[in-house]
Amino acid sequence: MHLNYLDFEQPIAELQAKIDELRLVGKDSEINITDEISKLEGKIDDLTKSIFSKLSDWQVAQLARHPQRPHLLDYIPLLFTDFDELHGDRVFADDKAMVGGTARFNGEPVMIIGHQKGRDTKEKARRNFGMASPEGYRKAERLMLLAEKFKMPIFTFIDTPGAYPGIGAEERGQSEAIAKNLLIMSQLKTPIICTITGEGCSGGALGIGVGDRLLMLQYSTYSVISPEGCASILWKSAAKAPDAAAAMNMTAQHLLGLNIADEIIPEPLGGAHRHPQEIASRLKQVLTEQLAQLQTMSTDTLLQQRYKRLRSIGTAEQNA
Amino acid sequence: MSWFKKLIPSRIRTDSGQKKRGVPEGVWTQCPACQAVLYRAELQRNYEVCPKCEHHIRLSGRRRLGYFFDANTMEEIGAYIEPEDRLKFRDSKKYKDRLIAAQKKTGEKDALIAGRGLVLGVPVVAVAFDFNFIGGSMGAAVGEKFAVSVDAAIQNRLPFVCFSTSGGARMQEAVISLLQMAKTSAALAQLGQAGLPYICVLTDPTYGGVSASLAMLGDINIAEPRAMIGFTGPRVIEQTVRETLPEGFQTSEFLLEHGFVDMITDRRQLQTVVSRLLKKFTPTPVVKHHDEFAE
Repeated sequence: MHLNYLDFEQPIAELQAKIDELRLVGKDSEINITDEISKLEGKIDDLTKSIFSKLSDWQVAQLARHPQRPHLLDYIPLLFTDFDELHGDRVFADDKAMVGGTARFNGEPVMIIGHQKGRDTKEKARRNFGMASPEGYRKAERLMLLAEKFKMPIFTFIDTPGAYPGIGAEERGQSEAIAKNLLIMSQLKTPIICTITGEGCSGGALGIGVGDRLLMLQYSTYSVISPEGCASILWKSAAKAPDAAAAMNMTAQHLLGLNIADEIIPEPLGGAHRHPQEIASRLKQVLTEQLAQLQTMSTDTLLQQRYKRLRSIGTAEQNA
Repeated sequence: MSWFKKLIPSRIRTDSGQKKRGVPEGVWTQCPACQAVLYRAELQRNYEVCPKCEHHIRLSGRRRLGYFFDANTMEEIGAYIEPEDRLKFRDSKKYKDRLIAAQKKTGEKDALIAGRGLVLGVPVVAVAFDFNFIGGSMGAAVGEKFAVSVDAAIQNRLPFVCFSTSGGARMQEAVISLLQMAKTSAALAQLGQAGLPYICVLTDPTYGGVSASLAMLGDINIAEPRAMIGFTGPRVIEQTVRETLPEGFQTSEFLLEHGFVDMITDRRQLQTVVSRLLKKFTPTPVVKHHDEFAE
């Protein structure tokens, strides 16, 4: 796969280009350049480490929505087996920005629900850039109730710039669809583990984000609105997005500090998109451990703890 | 300056620079919709509904509860709850300074007022948002007061009523504010489990995180006439879809048409309608108000 570099990765991209060039030259001539290449590769590694050791919040926000970042459908075959996608909200439509279905996790039946962004232009449009409509949240609701009925744990995967702000979405009750999920998820009698894999913005993220555990990939973000949205409201200019990203404390590291995220899954050097298999296997391990913990609890304890957790947010207890 | 004003000798002229006001503050006020000049005392007797055009003028949270509860029956709930700047947020101004300014302007600690009292004799816990306080936005203090009020309803086995008016989540509390949506919704789930009714009265305007949580979760949703209610604000939608929005988009009437509110109720009828509904939904028999016996 040809890597796509972000602005702040340009020095790395330049070195990589040099290596590629040397390789081309090497093919045509007899000069041995392996040494030179491995030296440069070592340099790339050091450079990447140094750039990624001091990322700003805004740079993390850009990584969270990197065009090559793994999406839910990339993760599913790496984390689960026997996936059967289930479609539709049984009311209006099938929202392709929200994917759901049953699968097996370490052999056990589970329910999977999450946002899906597209990769190429056509797919992006079909998936509506991961912005779900009311029917997406209602499909999620239907599948969650199904999971509760058959005692399946629920895994949700969050990666959205927000719920879709469209005319039809308003007509069909975007607010009501999200609100209902918040209420239902607070009481579902089955373990719910939410993972933020990319960007988690606004009610669109929270609409499938209430649960017993919140996990975040290292370069994922979670906030009330996108940095651009926050900047245009508070700074009156979307160009102030880097300031807004910093002010909102939206990175995984900040959320762990705020006791909102439970665990961070470290990403491979350069971000999840460099090694999807590696991040998936780390994620799988954490999901396995967390689920095992939750499954030792009785349903009553599970629900009490979930409620306590929700109630603590924004109180002195959360700071403890 | 009008020709008339020019006739007044300059020493008794009272105009203050560019600021043009239709009517002086105090005894008289003006309807923001039809510009009719109204006698304030009479307007207040009319629950601040314009007698000329029926426009429902926006109310502060405290005034809202004042109109809703029977006189002198309200006991405040959660008055101790104060906002906190957990993220040390700063845009063009410090959030801390914005809070102080809003507190000074409204005389309230934050954007939600709560209390228990009687509504035409029916005991109720009610909360009301205050749009004057940072757009009625929901931060941790609002979420906490809401949840504590729901607790009070559950403990006393009382029905719960909310008057919503809000721009949504409070940006300056970022993810903490987002999670207040989950917190308040979870509290309402507990109320439902306890078998107690929840009525939400949606008033102008109710948007974003408040509409996508507590405001849309009423067992009964009532809207005031011509209130603006939605998830995303109309300007953002217009910019996203690049279409002109349909006539009456996101009004109470639009929501009624699409099935998201049970009824639209004139403010002057709210006490009657809400208490009548609550009496039917409250499990324990409500002691009859003596006026009803008198009939």
